[in-house]
Amino acid sequence: MSTCSIEHKNFLKKRRNKKILVHVMQFLIIFCFLVLWEIASKTGMINSFLSSSPSRVVRTFLSLLEQNNLWNHVYITVYETLISFFIASLLGFVIATLLWWFKTLAKIFDPYLTVLNSLPKVALGPLIIIWIGANMNSIIFMALMISLFITIINIYSGFQQIDYYYTTLLKTLNASKRQIFVKLVVPGNKNNIINCLKVNISMSLIGVIMGELLVSKEGLGYLIMYGSQVFNINLVITSVVLLGIISYLMYLIVSLIEKKIVKNY
Amino acid sequence: MKPLLSIRKLKKNYQDLDGEVEALGGIDLDVYEGEILSIVGPSGCGKTSLLSILSNLENKSDGNVKFQNETIKIGYMLQKDALFPWRTILENCLLGLEIQHSLTEESKKRVIELLKTYGLSEFMDKYPSSLSGGMRQRVALIRTLAIDPDILFLDEPFSALDYITRIYLSEDVYNIIKKEGKTAILVTHDLAESISLSDRVAVLSKRPAVVKKIYNIEMKNKSTPMENRKTKEFNEYYDKIWRDLDVHL
Repeated sequence: MSTCSIEHKNFLKKRRNKKILVHVMQFLIIFCFLVLWEIASKTGMINSFLSSSPSRVVRTFLSLLEQNNLWNHVYITVYETLISFFIASLLGFVIATLLWWFKTLAKIFDPYLTVLNSLPKVALGPLIIIWIGANMNSIIFMALMISLFITIINIYSGFQQIDYYYTTLLKTLNASKRQIFVKLVVPGNKNNIINCLKVNISMSLIGVIMGELLVSKEGLGYLIMYGSQVFNINLVITSVVLLGIISYLMYLIVSLIEKKIVKNY
Repeated sequence: MKPLLSIRKLKKNYQDLDGEVEALGGIDLDVYEGEILSIVGPSGCGKTSLLSILSNLENKSDGNVKFQNETIKIGYMLQKDALFPWRTILENCLLGLEIQHSLTEESKKRVIELLKTYGLSEFMDKYPSSLSGGMRQRVALIRTLAIDPDILFLDEPFSALDYITRIYLSEDVYNIIKKEGKTAILVTHDLAESISLSDRVAVLSKRPAVVKKIYNIEMKNKSTPMENRKTKEFNEYYDKIWRDLDVHL
């Protein structure tokens, strides 16, 4: 488009400026927050023992790297999250498919799903440890309890929202149930399924941390737990910051996959 | 002449918690090869039910439906275009062939040819969202024709369109059906549409519906739907059918 008008150029410029503004503001917010936090703790406005400070977080991070095998903790947490993410996504999809396929089944299980989904899973923590033992399986089970039901419910409700006309059209062509599922329900739910994966990745992370707080000897959840027990606030906040970064990175990966798969029609 | 499709004493009841609703009270109708037969009737009289039963979407309660032979293929065109937004125009048109496992290089070529003939070839690789309502409905017709049906069921195919598009599209659809030599049943509530488009018009009564009257639409200078609307006979048929409908609100 070499022959674009001045109006169009202005339009593009405005769009670009707006984008830059958003990025600059995003950066400024975190930057100001960190600077204020640092100043406040340096000047004694807040108690740096109780609320740490950015420089302390960095120092803790570095010493964790040197002495405490930080990457192992990160690895364990990510590993557990990914496992429960994959199990929950796969199982959620399969169960949602079954519910779609056998409508009566969906009706029968509807109240159970709702109850299981809204039940506060932390309450089950002690039970899970007794049943499964104080090991990684408990953590993954806890994460599954948190992410699986919401995945089933979300994917299934997407399946149900397929336009009645589309289904009728396929029926007039004598399509089998399998064909309706493959040609219509799945492709028509691509965006919904990706969204479910996005929710699922953070749900799995929440579940894993919850599990680690309860039972583990490794992982970021364990560091948080340990830090709060020995009143090492620096450790707690450093771990929380790391968690934030990890969840953002995971979200980014799913978004990248989304960009690859989802076409705009 | 032996009819392509004959319907005898066809009944349909709908069940719900409050009881039973008699929709079709014994329909008798023959459809002959190559004709366009319109079915008109007061709203809610069971016109769509009739098509649903004929195409096996619903079960009949009683009566007989007989096609000339077992291998007759039905093409069903719905009120809405129901084009899948994630498929291109061509992929949408190939849907029926895919479902019926008859997608070959040859059948694909035929569909592309259809799209070319009816002026849609440049949109073949576009997605439905970039097409106007009238064009989308035209694609829906090509999709229906793609499986090479022996009989077309058109269920109010123009009702979701604006008036002008509707007039032009019905002209198009008429030409396409006649050119491809298809038999068609058109369900509509638009009397002008039915008279201008079809060879015969069947008027249904209120629920439980029976065929009240069948008109052979004969015009001295019968031509395309738009021209037919201007004839003297058109108005006469309109008056008669209007009186048959016997609508009281």
